[in-house]
Amino acid sequence: MSDSPSALLLGVGNILWADEGFGVRCVEAFAERFDIPDNLVVADGGTQGLYLVELLRAHNPVIIFDAVDFGDTPATMRLVENDDIPAFVGAHKMSLHQAGLQDVIACARLLGGCADNMLLIGVQPVELEDYGGSLRPQVRDCIPQALDIAAQYLADFGILLTARGDTAPPGIITPGLDLASYESGRPDASIAWRHGDERVLNRSARD
Amino acid sequence: MITETPNGFSLDDSGQRIVVDPVTRIEGHLRIEVNIDENNVIRNAVSTGTMWRGLEVILKGRDPRDAWAFTQRICGVCTGTHALTSVRTVEDALNIQIPENANTIRNIMQMALYTHDHLVHFYHLHALDWVDVVSSLSADPKATSELAQSISDWPKSSPGYFRDLQTRLKKFVESGQLGLFRNGYWGNPAYKLPPEANLMAVAHYLEALDFQKEIVKIHTVFGGKNPHPNWLVGGVPCPINVADTGAVGAINIERLNLVKRIIDESRQFVEQVYLPDLMAIASFYKDWTYGGGLSSTNVLSYGDIPDNANDYSAGNLLLPRGAIINGNLNEVHDVDLRNPEEIQEFVSHSWYNYPNQDAGLHPWDGVTDPHFELGPNTRGTRTNIESIDESARYSWIKSPRWNGNAMEVGPLARYIIGYASNNPEFKEPVEKVLTDLNLPVSALFSTLGRTAARGLECAWAAEKMQYFYNKLITNIRNGDLATANVSLWEPHTWPHEAKGVGFTEAPRGALGHWIHIKDKRIENYQAVVPTTWNAGPRDAQGNIGAYEAALLNTPVANAEQPLEILRTIHSFDPCLACSTHIMSPDGEVLANVKVR
Repeated sequence: MSDSPSALLLGVGNILWADEGFGVRCVEAFAERFDIPDNLVVADGGTQGLYLVELLRAHNPVIIFDAVDFGDTPATMRLVENDDIPAFVGAHKMSLHQAGLQDVIACARLLGGCADNMLLIGVQPVELEDYGGSLRPQVRDCIPQALDIAAQYLADFGILLTARGDTAPPGIITPGLDLASYESGRPDASIAWRHGDERVLNRSARD
Repeated sequence: MITETPNGFSLDDSGQRIVVDPVTRIEGHLRIEVNIDENNVIRNAVSTGTMWRGLEVILKGRDPRDAWAFTQRICGVCTGTHALTSVRTVEDALNIQIPENANTIRNIMQMALYTHDHLVHFYHLHALDWVDVVSSLSADPKATSELAQSISDWPKSSPGYFRDLQTRLKKFVESGQLGLFRNGYWGNPAYKLPPEANLMAVAHYLEALDFQKEIVKIHTVFGGKNPHPNWLVGGVPCPINVADTGAVGAINIERLNLVKRIIDESRQFVEQVYLPDLMAIASFYKDWTYGGGLSSTNVLSYGDIPDNANDYSAGNLLLPRGAIINGNLNEVHDVDLRNPEEIQEFVSHSWYNYPNQDAGLHPWDGVTDPHFELGPNTRGTRTNIESIDESARYSWIKSPRWNGNAMEVGPLARYIIGYASNNPEFKEPVEKVLTDLNLPVSALFSTLGRTAARGLECAWAAEKMQYFYNKLITNIRNGDLATANVSLWEPHTWPHEAKGVGFTEAPRGALGHWIHIKDKRIENYQAVVPTTWNAGPRDAQGNIGAYEAALLNTPVANAEQPLEILRTIHSFDPCLACSTHIMSPDGEVLANVKVR
């Protein structure tokens, strides 16, 4: 084990809520595209909160993929670094884990040893109120670019990636929840109601 | 208007209406409305789950062996408990027997989850209802040290330790990063701890935050990864290879030693930090006897932690099973999750349609058909409700009932059932707490009783990790290395049609999943989760649920800062994400209180 901590690539979000799954699908795609070197950890953070605190303290640099409400045009990506991250994942919260992510960063800082270098690669979602649904095409099309950005950021820290040689599933996400199975196994709309609560989802009424 | 409910509560909705939406420091989304009388005492309470959740409908047509992975994604707290419940459900349906080691390892994982969940709940989700962070900045570190040393042998207790901590905290607060502590009701007269007790508790808040990471390593060892460890229908997905010559990721001596170390540290932390803090804090709130609600009359537990594999009868479950109704502690009823008459869900006041609106449905016959419609007395609009009409439909949560009775579930329910069953593992710790605090048994039925039961149960769970660890080691020494039974893994071995039920006690209460498998696929899947039991709305007869009952008759010191409401709701450790849908419009504020 070397003296410097390994880097972390963390995808957060809930795959069950359409574009909310962006972060997790990014790390899944990343592990399919690149061999993961020893000095890099790739983690599906899913819906977890406090469980992630230690990840932010144990690694540097840290790249977080997430769907974030920046108030931008849908499917627009934004990069946010270091001290600016908590404001973005807190100011326009739209999901549970994001409330969590702001607290996770606060906890990591309060305990000390939170990563010095953090990059949030966020995408403005197109669709959230589609329970059981998958990424919208525009958001899915952002993934290759998100991975390029992550690879470049890692390269700046001397972590160079090579294309993956193995064709077996990389094991980042549970079989059955991988993108292909998730999408092909979805029940028909006639038997599965897919929409959220219009009252809480009507953001304009609240804003 | 004053209404008497069939389950013995008096409701008066004539006073001032207070709306708390959202209730934060919980998982998911909950709205509470209460009416207070001229003395600021709560006389009516309305619990609304404001989110749609459709776990059932996304599982239709999926492979039953994958169901655990989906159920694990519905929220961020009791992920493992849902996964465990799900694999048990499928095993029940397909009559799959699991190896002894698999049962033991699952119990270790479940007890690790309990230890983690209860610890995190106490310090990070609930303590700030009793502990004033801002007050701790004015504490005397030396006096804090004396207080800490008077209640525990925990080594981190010097004046210098508390002084450094206080300095760090001040710096954190002054830098504007209040973060976790933003928007608290600091200075509210309902806070009763002296500054030194506040500082000690805040120190332990941070220590617990640091320590919790250790506990979840147990999930990484046995589940292969964390977050979101792996589970397996038929056993556990981790081979045992003590010689360490086989598969990567197998359970070897080094990993077992890691588990042993974490269990030792967990027991020590709970015994020397959590329990002494709990007792110290409780001693300042002994006269805050509110929040009992249904606990003194109706409590329910499915039981959990089968000592031996594949036996889910009450006698084999280390966490007690049973139901107590009408406050009769002399009779603990058995509970049968298969009996169509016992557990039923009602939707008379929920935003769902049933074929027969006021009849209950057993989960095997469950229907999840959303129907959002507000009552005529609602104030505001469909998208911006000022106050809800509880005489009509008012929640996305259904109303589960046991033999028609509204029930409380969770640690307090389990302890009351254990106490009533004369089970010494539960009765003796309860009696010791009551003796040490010089309180009568009736004090158990309260918000503080709920919080205390959770602490005792955390210690119990840490002990049981040790018990099952020993059992695992013995079994391995005896040459049994089996962790999975895959003889019925292939769908062609399954019957054309099968039904199953699986249950656990989640940290926050009774959790059941019911499955109907047809042609190798999920035909119907229903989950009745603990927060559905506790947070559910009224039923057709007007019986109120556990949250609503627990809030009644509580005085509120400051109606603009209803700390007391948060205290009691938090004592249930709400997890609304799996009882409702997950979207949250805004979780920024501690509680958005509207007084009307």
